[in-house]
Amino acid sequence: MDPLSTLWETFFDWASMREALPEMVTVGLPNTLLLAVSAALLGSVLGMLLAVAGISRTRWLRWPARVYTDVFRGLPAAATILLIGVGLAPLGMQVWGPNPYPLGVLALSLIAAAYLGEIFRSGIQSVEAAQLEGARALGFSWGEAMRLVIIPQGVRRVLPAWVNQLIALIKDSSLVYFLGLVASQRELFRIGQDYAATTGNESALLLAGLFYLALTVPLTHAVNAIDRRLRQGRPVAAPDVDLEPTGLATPSGKDPR
Amino acid sequence: MSTTTTSIDGSVSLAVRDVHLAFGSHPVLRGADLDVARGSTACVIGPSGSGKSTLLRTINRLIEPDRGDVLLDGRSVLHDDPDALRQRVGMVFQQFNLFPHLSVLRNITLALRKLKKLPEEEAVRLARAQLDLVGLAHKADARPAQLSGGQQQRVAIARALALRPQVMLFDEATSALDPELVKGVLAVMADLSAAGMTMVVVTHEMGFAREVADTVAFMDHGVVLEAGAPAAVFEAPNHPRLRRFLSQVR
Repeated sequence: MDPLSTLWETFFDWASMREALPEMVTVGLPNTLLLAVSAALLGSVLGMLLAVAGISRTRWLRWPARVYTDVFRGLPAAATILLIGVGLAPLGMQVWGPNPYPLGVLALSLIAAAYLGEIFRSGIQSVEAAQLEGARALGFSWGEAMRLVIIPQGVRRVLPAWVNQLIALIKDSSLVYFLGLVASQRELFRIGQDYAATTGNESALLLAGLFYLALTVPLTHAVNAIDRRLRQGRPVAAPDVDLEPTGLATPSGKDPR
Repeated sequence: MSTTTTSIDGSVSLAVRDVHLAFGSHPVLRGADLDVARGSTACVIGPSGSGKSTLLRTINRLIEPDRGDVLLDGRSVLHDDPDALRQRVGMVFQQFNLFPHLSVLRNITLALRKLKKLPEEEAVRLARAQLDLVGLAHKADARPAQLSGGQQQRVAIARALALRPQVMLFDEATSALDPELVKGVLAVMADLSAAGMTMVVVTHEMGFAREVADTVAFMDHGVVLEAGAPAAVFEAPNHPRLRRFLSQVR
């Protein structure tokens, strides 16, 4: 048999794919999404706290945020998931029972938070100081100005980086298989791997890969669209020329809306 | 513009007394004094780096003075809550400082809703009325970036006025504008002055100072060297540095 057709049969065996497909859709996909979305939410909240701590004027907030970020960005994701998932397993057993998902989500969130904290911090710090001054001049406190004016702008600026992190989470969610999953807890990768192991054919794994791409590729394109829209406010109106000295009452026909 | 820009609820008098401020070892204000009677307009002129903008920021305590006092209606503001003080003192900046992520309307309603705790409909009604007075009611849903500089500055003025301030501070409000857009903004400011708002206007527009100001104060090296009626300051300047400054800007 020539190597090319071997390759073809190893990866593109339609029968194997068809066999794995139902479980991928009904079990793997929902589980992967559950892990990734939960970790994205928790990771974003933690990341925002880290970002605000990181720009705080208080050393006792700045310094722990720094150490946290260095540690969790510096460890391999697999190591963190094992450390948290296995290390805290006795505790997790008491709180959540034998389900490895809570600790898996926690570990994924802790990793994502380290990256997201840096992303949010850079976004917040990129907002001009004049914006803070403008908000303070209206009577907003520092906290209100940050919450209502600075952070919303900063987050918008780093939305593409935020989605990149979401993509990383979707992929890293496969690592929870280290923690031992029962059949109904398996996510995309694990299901693909199980089929590959039992049939000796990699096609199911390739199918899992296609599922990941189907999740991640649209996300990158969606974020570009969102990014454009946020930058411009809305689909661009006609260039607005309004000669002020005479133009206090602009003809209503010029109104773009 | 013939309409009155706003109804002035309770203008106050403003006094700056011997204000000192240094950034590190660099003195910026060295005993500045300024008196603005209730409902009157003071224009502060002077070369760049003379401390005009810094003086303005000590009035609403965006910058805290090292020494001296700021009085509204004779009462020191330095012991008040600075956030509460800033709701009473409106400020307009050279670069507008509108919030680019919010619509024009939201720029104005934000403080009304979050600080004045007005219900949404009430805030929107007030904001629309204020926008109407600066001739921009039809831009309520636009983003700041879709407006010309002059329009943005009029929105910034409307945003400050919506909080019903007792004093308005203008920091070179027309310096960043293209020449043909300056007039519309100055018209709004002149209107406000005529309506009886207490105003401090840092400006390079000598024509505006001459026509609109009740008092013109000349600042140099962190002090107000000379202050008086526009006619006196422009026609009969005493101080040699003021004479030199005027000969350079005319």
